[in-house]
Amino acid sequence: MNAPFYKYGYFGDELYLIAAFAIGIAFGFFLERAGFGSAKKLTAQFYFTDMAVFKVMFSAIVTAMLGVFYLSWFGVVDLDLVFVNPTYLVPQMTGGLLLGMGFIIGGYCPGTSLVALSTGKVDALVFLAGIVAGIFVFGEAYPAIEGFASSTALGTVTLHEALGVSMGLVVFAVVLMAVLGFWGASVVERRLAEKAGGAV
Amino acid sequence: MTSVEEYAAGGRQPAPFMNPYLAGIGLGLVLLTAFVAVGRGLGASGAFSTLVASCVNALAPAHAEGNTFYEGYLHNGFGHPFKSFLVFEVAGVLIGGFLSGALAGRLKKVVERGPRIGVGGRLGLAFLGGALMGVGAKLARGCTSGQALSGGAVLALGSWAFMIMVFVGGYAMAYFVRRQWR
Repeated sequence: MNAPFYKYGYFGDELYLIAAFAIGIAFGFFLERAGFGSAKKLTAQFYFTDMAVFKVMFSAIVTAMLGVFYLSWFGVVDLDLVFVNPTYLVPQMTGGLLLGMGFIIGGYCPGTSLVALSTGKVDALVFLAGIVAGIFVFGEAYPAIEGFASSTALGTVTLHEALGVSMGLVVFAVVLMAVLGFWGASVVERRLAEKAGGAV
Repeated sequence: MTSVEEYAAGGRQPAPFMNPYLAGIGLGLVLLTAFVAVGRGLGASGAFSTLVASCVNALAPAHAEGNTFYEGYLHNGFGHPFKSFLVFEVAGVLIGGFLSGALAGRLKKVVERGPRIGVGGRLGLAFLGGALMGVGAKLARGCTSGQALSGGAVLALGSWAFMIMVFVGGYAMAYFVRRQWR
């Protein structure tokens, strides 16, 4: 058995799109289960009262990362055929900063605004209209900012390649960082709950 | 937990949210399934780029044709821009979110906001935040799902730099919009 299945030709383009649809259903389901259809729940991360964003995000990253790492180690997944986002360092950092500001101002990110919309949040619909407007502005400005948007292009470079260490070491460090982060998040939440009068 | 109380006040008692670690493991397994089955991760903002590019192309084809950003999305997909991974995935996200919300009794038409802001103010900030996010996500070539989650799990350097800056931006701005939420 060789994976990624689609890249090895186990199924064609039509099944690829059906797989995308099915994966989307599961993605949306777990986002909503986690409470990410709620802007108040999401933004509480930035006031330290509910660190669910960090907890969910990092347990997801760790789960998928360990899965990919072990499956490639056992020779099931060919890592060279898995898409790794190419790095454009400065535009990505600038975009991340804008996106983080948009997150706390608007209350959602693109994926979570979709599950918020599907559970009835009117503000999520307006937020999505804002995303479309933002993308249109970006698209219209693209000829002028194309140089910056494609600057500091480092190609598909991973953390372990950049640091010159093994993938296993970075995987271990990410797991360690996540576990320490989970512990820290629970301490902060408890402190703030005590300060607020013991109501959890 | 405020949102739960708020909903409860409206009548039916919604189910509590899932344990964040369990929900995260669930999301991680979905992401892993995507890597194994199709060789790519999740996303969201790209589907909206396809929508915008298609609209511009329908209204002003010559204008869209000269723009490499729009062209990239117009030539994506199997024969039609909408026959692409992210458009199908995003359609699924809407349905999956609805299913989970319906099963938990969390479907309710509401403008989510803190006690110290009006509906108009909240909707204005939602639009502004969305617009900033639209620009940011395109500049970063992905959003929280495409970059932070998917790129993070395959340890892409740029995705981790992006993720750190998302938290920096959020925490830096949080104080100024606190009246919206708290």
